[in-house]
Amino acid sequence: MMMNHSLKSLCKVSPGTPINGKWHGNQYKIIKELGYGANGIVYLTSHNGVQVALKMSDNGMSITSEVNVLKSFAKVQGSTLGPVLLDVDDWMSGSDRISFYVMEYIKGPDLLTFIHQRGESWISVIVLQLLSDLQKMHENGWVFGDLKPENLIIMGPPPRIRCIDVGGTTINGRAIKEFTEFFDRGYWGLGSRKADPSYDLFAVGMIMLNIAYPKRFTKTTGGMDQLKLMIEKSRELSMYKGILYKALNGQFSSAVQMRGELLQSLQTQQTRTTTKTKTKPSPQRQHNVSQKTVTRQAYRKKSNKGGIIETLIVLSVISMLYFLYIWLSF
Amino acid sequence: MKTGALRQILLITDGCSNTGEDPIAMAALAKEQGITINVIGVMEKDIIDEQGLTEIEGIALSGGGVSQVVYSQQLSQTVQMVTRKAMTQTLQGVVNRELQQILGGGNTVEDLPPDKRGEVMEVVDELGETVELNVLILVDTSASMKHKLPTVKEALLDLSLSLNARAGENRFSVFVFPGKRNDVEKLLDWTPKLESLTSIFAKLTTGGMTPTGPALREALTYFKKKRSLRSLLSGDDESFIEESV
Repeated sequence: MMMNHSLKSLCKVSPGTPINGKWHGNQYKIIKELGYGANGIVYLTSHNGVQVALKMSDNGMSITSEVNVLKSFAKVQGSTLGPVLLDVDDWMSGSDRISFYVMEYIKGPDLLTFIHQRGESWISVIVLQLLSDLQKMHENGWVFGDLKPENLIIMGPPPRIRCIDVGGTTINGRAIKEFTEFFDRGYWGLGSRKADPSYDLFAVGMIMLNIAYPKRFTKTTGGMDQLKLMIEKSRELSMYKGILYKALNGQFSSAVQMRGELLQSLQTQQTRTTTKTKTKPSPQRQHNVSQKTVTRQAYRKKSNKGGIIETLIVLSVISMLYFLYIWLSF
Repeated sequence: MKTGALRQILLITDGCSNTGEDPIAMAALAKEQGITINVIGVMEKDIIDEQGLTEIEGIALSGGGVSQVVYSQQLSQTVQMVTRKAMTQTLQGVVNRELQQILGGGNTVEDLPPDKRGEVMEVVDELGETVELNVLILVDTSASMKHKLPTVKEALLDLSLSLNARAGENRFSVFVFPGKRNDVEKLLDWTPKLESLTSIFAKLTTGGMTPTGPALREALTYFKKKRSLRSLLSGDDESFIEESV
């Protein structure tokens, strides 16, 4: 709290204030505060009429540390998860030196708000996007660390997941720099805090749990038992059960593996749901048994053919979406 | 660059000291010996009084460490954050001094152009991962701490989980104050793992005065004992970091 105190007073800048870079000479005009965390305050600013985000902190080293991560992100081919770094500089506010960096302004609702607004059908799309971004990061030797819905923004249209806080990003094999308990496997007693790809995949699993339980929940017994129970109790999560168990148990060694299994389960699920909706239309529950079996058999005959066509359609739509997404992300 | 072990005292308390030496003076003394003092104030629903808050901030300030006041639910996360932050701070101090020797004058990392700072930060990160860390944990067990102790235990187990994910070695020891007979009582001798705390904490009794100052003074001597004993055994002359930021 003491740290926040000093930070707030030093970096509290009112709208309209020009921020002049000491080294590169660029000027940024503060528009409004976007948010603040343990490591600094982020402002929306305008630079030559373009809206950019500016993060400042009285702790120059934490700024430098984040800049290092953003720079290494820039080297990762095709990765668009983090914001693009635009400038790094110091601002002399009186006699105080305040370090800042400037990045692309990522605008949109955060993950939970987005799912809440647009519906559950977006869960899988967003998770698939997130997993392929994580895969690229992991391939380059980085682990995200502090993955959580607040840090994930859905830009668009077309909806595209982005991350606005890279403070927790850690080199593979080192101790995780920053984390949030709910998304940390160490907190749940399900693994160490050493950075590896499965650390992030655990967090992805917990993000899905967070979607089902927006208020989160606290640890009681901890461990897989409690998490399993919470998954069982949730209607939204029933179709992801298998994948969630594996992600939370650390059984996926890579994001691409988890992504593949998620896709696969979606495809089988999709055919099953289409079949189910077709069986349902009898509104009266008081059908007698024989009638029910007859209709079901009759349906089954029909559905065999229809099922194949449906599967094909669903498959092609999904692969088309997937290719479109790959094409877009390049 | 080679650094010796980093030495920290982590003080967990919920209020003001009320007997013995001034804890802020003891913290300054610790800093002179190259030991950083971090303080965590644990609140319940109520807010720590002004006097307690001033003392908490004062101890950390003169002890060269970090302080934070939290509700007990956030204790785990705070304990590891404060320890890490203080560690980075100390390492930055070390790196800064090296830089001053190379660059001359009062130059620090901040005087470098932003593009160059990145490389320095990488060195600090690397050191933070590999340096040996000794943390002496000092827990206030005065009456008001009674129902906070289970949370403290959880937080300490969590701290050992966090720090043991590093490549560098860790040593922890745990003391409580006031002790049964003295101002301070040793619960756990230097050990890399804190798991054994679970059984010890269950038997703790709370009550008595809050001798924060004397407790800090005692804790300092414990670092010395350990240091001399270790250098006797291994015969190596470790260069301890003499000063923190």
